[in-house]
Amino acid sequence: MTIKTYREAIIEAMILEMKRDEKVFVIGEDISGGRGCDDFEGEAAGGPMGLTQGLWDEFGAKRVIDTPISETAIMGAAAGAALSGLRPIAELMFSDFFGVCFDQIYNQAAKFRFMYGDQGATPLVIRTMIGAGIGCGPQHSQSPYSIFANIPGLKVVTPSNPYDAKGLLISSIRDNDPVIFCEHKALLGMDGEVPDDSYEVPLGKGKILKEGSDISIVAIGQMVGVVQNCIKNLEQKGISAEIIDPRSLSPFDDEMVYDSVEKTGRLLVLDESNPVCSFGSWITSMVSEEVFSSLKAPTKVLTPPHCPVPAAPNLEAAYLPDMETIIGASENLKNYT
Amino acid sequence: MQLSKDKLIDAYTRMKKIRVFEETMRDEFAKGTVPAFIHLYIGQEAIASGICVELNDNDTIASTHRGHGHCLAKNSDLERMTMEIFCRADGLCEGKGGSMHIADLSVGMLGANAIVGANAPIAVGAALRQRVMGENLVSAAFIGDGASNQGAVFEAMNLASVLKLPVLFVFENNGYAEFTGVDYHCGGGDIAGRAEGFGMPSYKLDGSDFFAVQEAAAEAVERARRGDGPSAIECYAKRWYGHFEGDPQHYRTKEELETIRKDSDPLKIFRQKVEDAGLVESSDLDTIDEDLLSQVTNAVEKAKNSPLPNVEELTTNVYEKGSY
Repeated sequence: MTIKTYREAIIEAMILEMKRDEKVFVIGEDISGGRGCDDFEGEAAGGPMGLTQGLWDEFGAKRVIDTPISETAIMGAAAGAALSGLRPIAELMFSDFFGVCFDQIYNQAAKFRFMYGDQGATPLVIRTMIGAGIGCGPQHSQSPYSIFANIPGLKVVTPSNPYDAKGLLISSIRDNDPVIFCEHKALLGMDGEVPDDSYEVPLGKGKILKEGSDISIVAIGQMVGVVQNCIKNLEQKGISAEIIDPRSLSPFDDEMVYDSVEKTGRLLVLDESNPVCSFGSWITSMVSEEVFSSLKAPTKVLTPPHCPVPAAPNLEAAYLPDMETIIGASENLKNYT
Repeated sequence: MQLSKDKLIDAYTRMKKIRVFEETMRDEFAKGTVPAFIHLYIGQEAIASGICVELNDNDTIASTHRGHGHCLAKNSDLERMTMEIFCRADGLCEGKGGSMHIADLSVGMLGANAIVGANAPIAVGAALRQRVMGENLVSAAFIGDGASNQGAVFEAMNLASVLKLPVLFVFENNGYAEFTGVDYHCGGGDIAGRAEGFGMPSYKLDGSDFFAVQEAAAEAVERARRGDGPSAIECYAKRWYGHFEGDPQHYRTKEELETIRKDSDPLKIFRQKVEDAGLVESSDLDTIDEDLLSQVTNAVEKAKNSPLPNVEELTTNVYEKGSY
C-alpha cells in the first residue's frame, strides 16, 4: 500500500488497463502535449492538469492520440471506435465543454445498444473534469453530472478520493457501456492509500464512510470531503451522522440510501450541481416514494444557488455549500418536530 | 480498369435491389403499412453501390437518415432489414431503431443516423482501428449536401486528415437539404473544394454514373489502405422523390423531375454502358430484375406478417444485461 494522489491513481488505472488490453487507447486534446507531432523532441506534458503524464512514453502515439481542439470529433470518433470493437478513453478536458459535443454522447454513444438491438457494445469512457473551488469561473467550473445521469444508456461516476478513483476507473474501462467519469479538479492533489495492483470498485455500489443513527448524509464528489470535516462538530452537537458516498450516480445504490434512512429517519444530500432538477432532488424524491413512513423530518438537499459559478474568490466560496451550512441544516433536521 | 463480368453483375444487383426495394417501400408507405417516416434513395443508387463494391465486410460505413440504399449496398440481410423498417421484433435492431436507425454490424454497417452529419465522426472512429490495432480497413461516411454544412463533418474531416486515417468522405449532393436547394445553402457552392481545404484529395463527379463513382472509390480505398489518409468524393445525383415520403416538393418543378428520370437514371445509364460494350447480356440483367422483385416482395410480406416486439422489451438493452 502506497500513498498516491487522486491524479496518480487515475494515471495508474489507465496504465494498468492499457497494459492488460491492447484495445484500450486514450484520445484527447494535449494528452501528450506536442508529442503528437512527429518532429517534437521535448517531454510529453500529459495534459494541462498532468492527468495523462507518462502514457505517451509508455505506449506511444498509436495509443495516446493527441487531437485538434475538436470535441465533437473526439467524442464521435471515440463512439465509433467503441462501436467497432476498440475500448477508447476519451478525455473531455473540462466537463463544461459537453455543450459542444453532447450529440455524440447522448444521441449516439448512449443509444447504440438500444437502438441497434444489442448488436454491439459501446465500451467508452469519457474522463472529464468537474467542479468549482479553484477559480476557473463560469465556463470551467460546472458539475453537470445531473444532466449526464438523466440520459438512459450513460453511466456516471463521481469518485471522491484516490482509492475509489483508481478502482472506479478500472471498472469503467472494463464496462461495456459508455461511462462518464467525473474527476473533480479540486481533488487532483488529494493524497490517499492506493494499492499498486489492479482492483475494481464496482459501479453502482455506494460506500458508508461512517455509521450513525440520527441523520443520513449522502455526499457527492467534492462534498464528501467537506462533510467529513464536519463530523467532529456534528458529534459535539450531539448529532450522529451516517455518511454515504454513492461513488456512482448511474447506476445508483438506492438500496444503501433506503436502508440508511430507515435507520436514521432523516436525509440530507450534498450535491454540487445546479439545484433545479439536481441529482440530489432525485435522491430525495426516490426516498420519499420508497421509505416515506420512515421519515421523521422533511428531506433536505444542499446545492449551490441557481446561478453560474463565479470567478471572484469570495463569491465562489459563497457558492459552494460550506461546513456552517451543512452543520446548520443537520441541526434543523435533528430538531425538526 | 475493366471490371470483371462478376463484378459488373454484382454492381448491377446492388443498384437494382435498391431501386426495387425503394419503389416497393414507396407503395407500402402509400398503403399505410410502414409505421415510421421513410426517406427514399432512388436516383442515388450508383453512389452507395459504387463505393460499397470496393469495400470488404470488415470495412465499415456510417450512413444517414436516407440509409436504405447504403444498407443494401453493404449487403445487409434483406429480410431482417425489411423487418426493421416495419419495426418488427426480428428486425436487425429488434424493432427499436426503425428506418432512420438501421444498423448491421455483421457487415460493417455502423448505422443509419437521424442526426444530420453526426455519422462523419463515427466513421472516423471506426478508422482508428488502423492506427491502434494495425488493422487493414477502410471506413466510409455518406454525407448529404445538407449535412456538408455541419460542424461535425468539418471536425471529422480535420481529425481524419491530421491523423491520416483511412476514411472516405462520400458527399451525396442530391440537390436539396430537406426542402432547401444546394445553390442556397452551401456557401461557396463547392463541397469537394471544402474537403480539399482540409488537405485531402477530392473528386467531384456524376453520381448517376456508377463507373465514375467506382473508379474514384477504388483509388481512394487504395490510398486509405496504404496509410495515406482520407479522401473526399462529391457525387452529384438528384433524388427522385421528396425529402421524406409525403413531401409535396413545392420547391421544385415537375419538369425537373421528368428531366432527372429521363437523363440521369443510374440503372439506365449502367445498362446502356455494359450492353453497348457487350460486357453483359441484356437477358442476364432481366433475370436479375425478376429475381430481385420476388426477393423484395417476399421480404416485405414476411415482415408484415411477423410480430412487433413484446412490450416487455421496452426497457431492455439500455445497458448491458445485468450491469444496471
